This record gives sequence, C-alpha cells and structure tokens, in this order.
Amino acid sequence: MPSSAVVSRGMIDQFFGWFGDLGIFFWRVLRAAIAPPFEFRELFVQLDEIGSKSLPLVALAGAATGIVLSMEARYSLTRFGAKSLLPAAIVFSVIHETGPIITGLVVSGRVGAGIGAELASMKVTEQIDAIEASAVNPYRLLAATRILACILMLPLLTLAADSCGVLMGWLAQALVEPLSLHQFINSGFKGADFNDFLPPTFKTAVFGLIIGLIACFQGMRTQGGAAGVGRAATSSVVLSSLFVILADVVLVKIILIFFP
Amino acid sequence: MTTIRPIAPALETRRVEEREDEAPAIAAQNLHKSFGSQKVLDGVSLTVNRGETLAVLGRSGTGKSVLLRILIGLEKPDSGSVRVHGQEISDLTLDELGGVRKKMGFLFQHAALYDSLNVEQNVAFPLQHHKREMSKSEQSGRVLQLLAEVGMEDALAKMPSDISGGMQKRVGLARALALEPDILLLDEPTAGLDPISSGEIDELVLKLQQEHHMASIVVTHDLHSAKTIANRLALLDKGKVVINGSFEELQESDIEFVREFLKHS
Repeated sequence: MPSSAVVSRGMIDQFFGWFGDLGIFFWRVLRAAIAPPFEFRELFVQLDEIGSKSLPLVALAGAATGIVLSMEARYSLTRFGAKSLLPAAIVFSVIHETGPIITGLVVSGRVGAGIGAELASMKVTEQIDAIEASAVNPYRLLAATRILACILMLPLLTLAADSCGVLMGWLAQALVEPLSLHQFINSGFKGADFNDFLPPTFKTAVFGLIIGLIACFQGMRTQGGAAGVGRAATSSVVLSSLFVILADVVLVKIILIFFP
Repeated sequence: MTTIRPIAPALETRRVEEREDEAPAIAAQNLHKSFGSQKVLDGVSLTVNRGETLAVLGRSGTGKSVLLRILIGLEKPDSGSVRVHGQEISDLTLDELGGVRKKMGFLFQHAALYDSLNVEQNVAFPLQHHKREMSKSEQSGRVLQLLAEVGMEDALAKMPSDISGGMQKRVGLARALALEPDILLLDEPTAGLDPISSGEIDELVLKLQQEHHMASIVVTHDLHSAKTIANRLALLDKGKVVINGSFEELQESDIEFVREFLKHS
C-alpha cells in the first residue's frame, strides 16, 4: 500500500500538472483564435446559445436576489435607523457585487455544464478527432468561439441581472411601503457614477473567460466513455464556480485600488 | 568569397512537385509508440504508393488503429518519422498539419459523424471549411454527388442517430472523400457489420479506389475484406510488422504467427 507521503506527492503533481495543462491549452486556443480563418458562424451560434438562452435564468436569479436583498436590507437598516438608505443599499449591492457574482455562478452552472458535457461527448465519440482529421483546428472552431462568446456575453447578462435585481428590489420595497420607481431610482443612484457601474460589470468578462476556458479544457481532455462525460460536466461546473469566486476576491480588490 | 544565389522560384516549385511525384504517398519509418509501460508500436515501417492499397491486419490491441492515427497526425509517435508525399509531418503545428490533412481522408471505426448535424451537413463540413470559394448550390451539388457515390443520396436530412452503423460508415466515407484526397485511411471499415453490409462496404471501397486512384491503408482484422480490397497485406504482432506482402506470400509464409493467423481467419 502506498505511503501517505507518496499519495500526497502524487496529488501535488496532479494539481500542478492540471495548471500546466490548462496553461498549454490556453496558449493553443489563443494562438488559434488570433490566426485566420475566423469561425464567425460558430461564434454567432455560441453567442445565441450562451447569451440568449441564459437570459431567462439570469434574469430570474437577478430578480430573486433583488427581492431577498430588499427584505434583508429593510430589516437590518430599520434596526439601525437608516431606512432611508434602503434604495441605495439595494442598488449598490446589486450593481457592485450580487448582480455580477450571481450572473457568474448561474452561467457557470448552465453554460459550464453544457460546454463540458458537449465537448466531452464529442471527444469520447471521436468527433473532435474527426474535426481535426478534416483539417479544421478544433481549438479554433470549438474552444475559441465558446470562450469568446462567454467573454462577450457575461457583461450583457450582468446588465440584465442588475436591471431585474433593482426592479424587483423596488417592487418588494413598494409592496411594503409605497414608493414610486422614479423616487427609488433617484434615491438609489444618488452619488453613484460610472466607476460604481462599469468596473463591476466588465469584471464579469473575466468570469466569462474562466467559465469558457475551464469548461472547454475539461471537455476536450475527457477520457473514458459515458462516465468521463459525467465527470467532465461536473468538474466544469465545480471548478469554474470555484475559480469565479476566487477571481472575484482578486478583482474586487483591484477595482477598489484603481476605482476608489 | 562565393555567394549563394537563391534558386529561381519556378525551378524550386518544379523540384518540390517532382519530389512529391517521386515520393511514396505515405511512408512510415521505424515508428515507436508506448502508452505508459505498454509498448504498442515497436519499430513499424511501411510505405504505400499512389494507387496502391495496403491492408494492415493483426489481433485486437496490436496497435493497428494507433498506427493509422499516427499516420494522420492524431497521435505523435515516441520516435520515428511519417512522410506524406515526402513531407515529414511529425514536427508540424496543428495549422501546418491541416494543409497535409486536406490531402487525406479518414474513415473512423465508428464513423464519428457529428451528431448535431444531419447527413448532408456532415458531408458538407469539410467543404464549408476548405472550399469557401464554392457557392452554396455548388456545395449542395457536390454533397449530393458524394452521397450518391456511396448510395446514401436519399438520407440527406436524416440525423446520424437515425441511420444504421453501415449507413453511418457510408456517410463517413462520403465525408472522407469530400476534399478529393490522394490518400484514404480506413479504420476497420467493416467491423460490427453483418456479412452483407461488409461485402457492400468492401465493394464500395474497391469501386472508389478504382475511380479515384488513391493510396489507401485499411486497418482490419477481417482477412476476407483485406483480400478483397488490398494489393498488399501487412501483419502486425506485438508492435512489429511480421510480414508485408501479397496474400499469396502470406499463404506461403512459414512464420508461425502468420500460419496461426491464417488458420483462424
């Protein structure tokens, strides 16, 4: 039976090996993406698949978050006698953090699993080899288009989540205490500028890169039939969600430094 | 001091063309490949010329499919060289390899049709990516012609999941022929098919080879099929080519493994 030291060393090797392979994969995708021919048709298909088809789910998640934030913030702010700050509290927490992170996590669940499973299934049935044998670069056709679509669509989906969150936050507030949407928006966005809005929205492009890259990587390196497809889908969701959360920590710090 | 004068471009082009004409369509030299501790290929060398068909035979797990994948660059050998029309492919990048692969057609063991595309779109896939100058109607015409060649012109709109294994192989063959390759690689074209479908696929491959005059390598464990479609047969055992010759040479061989293989085929 191998000793615990040997097992630990194997796990460490595997850990660093995974990052090494991910780096090589990213380099291949990057090289393929910047060289012609460009796969615009596949990119548009993926923009629709990743963007339009995620919209209802992201909007719903954003709306639910807005309602919860409204209820929670109302309870806390009333306790501390700061109820008048409720619209600002909802708007700022939605656009600064909850909108972007909820969008990132919802998309990593839906799109990460979808890409991971689709590419894994193509890999185990030799469809990716068939693409390569047809003299088409699969890094360009399959990976670059999906990653780029994720990068482009995440900020737009975040806008949708933000809008639904703010709107439903107002609705939840208005049901308890009548307040017009105009008043809510005016009060909520008072003192806000583009620095409050743009960096948190555009940081989700990094989430898109993480989700697309990890899902494509896990899918295209799959081995082992149906079980491998299942593992690829699960690991795509778990790893992309985890790295989205970790990246958020770093990005929030960077945003606070450069956009105080 | 002597100065080296560049060779005139026209002369250089002619020399490359002559080299391509003289060189075998595909030549593998001393290929070695292992997966972990398992040695799959142990110094395999073979050559196939234009218009010639080589059948690679052997027991299951002797590295026949790995050999085919190395020849088209889907696997890298641990050592050895593969030359396609005289050009070494082992060190090419993916995009450079693409240029070589346009001259090669590959039929996968399980056809490997794109399951999200219908039959017509599967066959059109290489044309859409490499014959962008063709109009949509020209592409459709070519797809129809290819499907007619393999007797699948009535299945244009069908999805791969809706057709049988034999039909999938026919469509895979049509896709492999889409770019009019000089070299055709077939991985177990009759595996898993009933005897009638196997015979039909053999006849089809034979007909296509006669019409298109390609260099072909057919990996199979079906001796009858190999005898029907190949000029030469190479028998693989434990990663080595045991014998490479005509069917008659195989029959006359006194190598123990060859006799054993023929006895059980």
